[in-house]
Amino acid sequence: MSDAAGRLVCTFSVQGFLLGVPVAEVQEVLRQPEATRVPRAAACVLGVVNLRGQIIAAIDLRARLGLPPRGGDGAPMTVVVHGGEGLTALVVDEIGDVIEVSGDLTPPPETLPPHLQELALGIHELEGGLLVLLDAQRAASVEGERRRGDLGGRVHGTKRPAERDQGRGATWSA
Amino acid sequence: MSEQAVAEFLLESRENLARVENDLVAMEGGSAPSAERIAAIFRAVHTIKGTTGFLGFARLEALVHQGEGLLSAVREGRRAASKEVASALLDMVDAVRRFLDEIEATGADAATDAGGAAAALTRLLGAAPLEPGAAEVGAAEAGALELGLLAETDGSVRVDVRLLDQLMDLVGELVLVRNQALRLAGEAGETPFAAPVQRLNLVATELQQRVMKTRMQPIGALWTKLPRLVRDLGRLCGKQVRLELEGGATELDRTIIEAIKDPLTHLVRNAVDHGIEAPAARAAKGKRPEGLLHLRAYHEGGNVNLEVADDGAGIDWRRVADKAVQLGLVTAEQAQRLDEAERSALLFRPGFTTTDQVTTVSGRGVGLDVVRSNLEQIGGTVDVLDRAGGGTVVRVKIPLTLAIIPALIVTSAGARYAVPQANVVEIARVEDRAGLERVLDAPVFRLRGRLLTLLDLDRELAPDEATWRPPTGAAHIVVVRAEERTFGLLVEGVVDGEEIVVKPLPRQVKDVGAFAGATIMGDGKVALILDTLGLAARANLLGRTDAAPQAEPRRRAEDAERLLLLELSGGERAAIRLDSVSRLEELRPELVERSGGGQVVQHRGEVLPLFALEHLLGRAAERGRRGERIPVIVHTGPEGSIGLTVERLLDIVDEAAQLRRKSTRPGVQGTVVVQQRVTELLDLPALVALARAQVGAS
Repeated sequence: MSDAAGRLVCTFSVQGFLLGVPVAEVQEVLRQPEATRVPRAAACVLGVVNLRGQIIAAIDLRARLGLPPRGGDGAPMTVVVHGGEGLTALVVDEIGDVIEVSGDLTPPPETLPPHLQELALGIHELEGGLLVLLDAQRAASVEGERRRGDLGGRVHGTKRPAERDQGRGATWSA
Repeated sequence: MSEQAVAEFLLESRENLARVENDLVAMEGGSAPSAERIAAIFRAVHTIKGTTGFLGFARLEALVHQGEGLLSAVREGRRAASKEVASALLDMVDAVRRFLDEIEATGADAATDAGGAAAALTRLLGAAPLEPGAAEVGAAEAGALELGLLAETDGSVRVDVRLLDQLMDLVGELVLVRNQALRLAGEAGETPFAAPVQRLNLVATELQQRVMKTRMQPIGALWTKLPRLVRDLGRLCGKQVRLELEGGATELDRTIIEAIKDPLTHLVRNAVDHGIEAPAARAAKGKRPEGLLHLRAYHEGGNVNLEVADDGAGIDWRRVADKAVQLGLVTAEQAQRLDEAERSALLFRPGFTTTDQVTTVSGRGVGLDVVRSNLEQIGGTVDVLDRAGGGTVVRVKIPLTLAIIPALIVTSAGARYAVPQANVVEIARVEDRAGLERVLDAPVFRLRGRLLTLLDLDRELAPDEATWRPPTGAAHIVVVRAEERTFGLLVEGVVDGEEIVVKPLPRQVKDVGAFAGATIMGDGKVALILDTLGLAARANLLGRTDAAPQAEPRRRAEDAERLLLLELSGGERAAIRLDSVSRLEELRPELVERSGGGQVVQHRGEVLPLFALEHLLGRAAERGRRGERIPVIVHTGPEGSIGLTVERLLDIVDEAAQLRRKSTRPGVQGTVVVQQRVTELLDLPALVALARAQVGAS
């Protein structure tokens, strides 16, 4: 990850955070397809969707990152990534551009929400703010995630950023 | 010499070798092959020789040339198709394989040592009196035969399996587009599009069926390697084994064929090494010296059953029990009471082996547990049974997971789910859910006089159990069978029966346990396939304990009986076999009337005499003191119905109701242990008889 040449990153945003995954890991970008709910699955799994005959899981990246649920306005988008075995649909707020980044990744700042820190490969500093490069494989994994209907287990709410934190653009600084 | 040509040569040669091998094994076993088969073997070897020469593998060519010469002599009747010839040719087959491996690895045939095989061939060839001119005739004929071979391969093409998978997915997409087109054309009424859309419909359906068929393979494809394997194993273990194969045409999805390859090999290995005795031992028992290994595949209820049976010594269950005690798997006391299923389960425990001797073939303690876990990965099961007439049968049940299966589409909480028809026994309709009898929290249904435990699918699959409220109105009961246990799934509606394509679930939702897979419906949306066994286990209908599912060998379902657990005045617990219960009711105390010396209640248009259960047992009872509903167990017999009131209904449990102590008291069968508590098992028909006697006396 430290080659000097530029790398292409597919960017998207979730609750104002600018995130990205390397273009090589992205299969395609879609409008949110209609997901079939899977009872008793992890809470961040919106359901399963039909991607041209292949059945893949749709993961709500907000829930995965421990962020508050999406408001009613705006149609969510889906980034289909190669995560481990098979494809996974990550549901995000908005799709950004494919941008070229250069230079080294810096470690994620501690001011990031804890789940985002866990899933971040590192940070790229852009002119307009920060880009968090996500580990697509880990984002696609729901191991240890809280299930629907579970009372115990891992709860996202404990360190969740306040609800007011819903502005656009990067709202924190390194 | 292109790399591709070599790769094709390797593939083709291996296929040809596999084809001739079984014929040679049969020949070695003493059954003389037909002239046709000999010709086929000759053809296969000749093809290999031709290509080797062309590709310039001189050493390999020299070996195969000798083999061809020997086969030619056999074909022309100059040599008998003897065991000796067959053995020599089998050795040649092995040597050719080693050559092929070498060529694959290094691109050359320089290192492989084929001396032994070549010498045997030369010896046999030398012993054959060569007739003048025979070689030329052979060559000319071989040319003609080669043409025949071309014609034979003409009809098929080798296709990458991934391509088939992709085709399958694309056809699925096409079907969805077709469905949309059909819908649009239907809405538009009379348009010029109607006819072509109809045609599209037919073609898409046909295409779908054909593409699905490309993925199916006869299980016989897996068996082609067995004759050779059995022959080699037999030699190694000093056994004589006759292999019988039955049902090789049974088709399975190729992914399953792939998955059962290793387990099957393992089972065959076990049967030859441990099952079948050495010829002398067999003769001493008055058996034929040659042991029988019988493989059978057949369809049964949406599954494929695969049986590996041998007529060997069978399993010494006493030894199994001793070993299990020795390994600390069970206590000596438990070992005395193991039933068939439990002791069979012991064999599948990791590290379990009864063989004290480690042979090269098996007996290293890695055995059936691996077989079991491999099969369970594809949703299969495996059991070891005693074979009638001596010997052992291992029965493997494999579901047709990645195939097309008939399914019943049901709805629950507004979503569609597919229930494999293989599990469905029948469907019943209830007009009003609220009218269902309940035992504690669980609804039950009376189906032809038997109480059926219901699993409320709406509740089981509710988005959020905490906020779930039971729906009202009509519902359907899908009666399903899982692991020899029947129960009902309470669903909102039954849509239709449909052939569905089973697709694997993404890994993120695999461990939910309630779903066996997913399928794509006509409208392009995904429906989940219910795993009835998993659901039943979740709902604890199978009587499994979550605490230690591995600790105890699984009980056989028939042994477990469903008991109604209840509480009597004073907190004492008792149990009644649920089978004998006709109905359970809860009555408001104010409805109970006194009539004659006893109590009755008017219920559902009949007068139901009521008796306190405790009174029948000669104890004191207090009822309705808290103004709560009184639970009543109703028994209906030829003389009408009788209600027995109890303090509380506690639970319905599946327990192996082993009577610990028989009772002489009327109405009490004895004591059983239920949920680790000593509980009196009551005899409901006897109690009813007691009640009737009381009425008669008063």
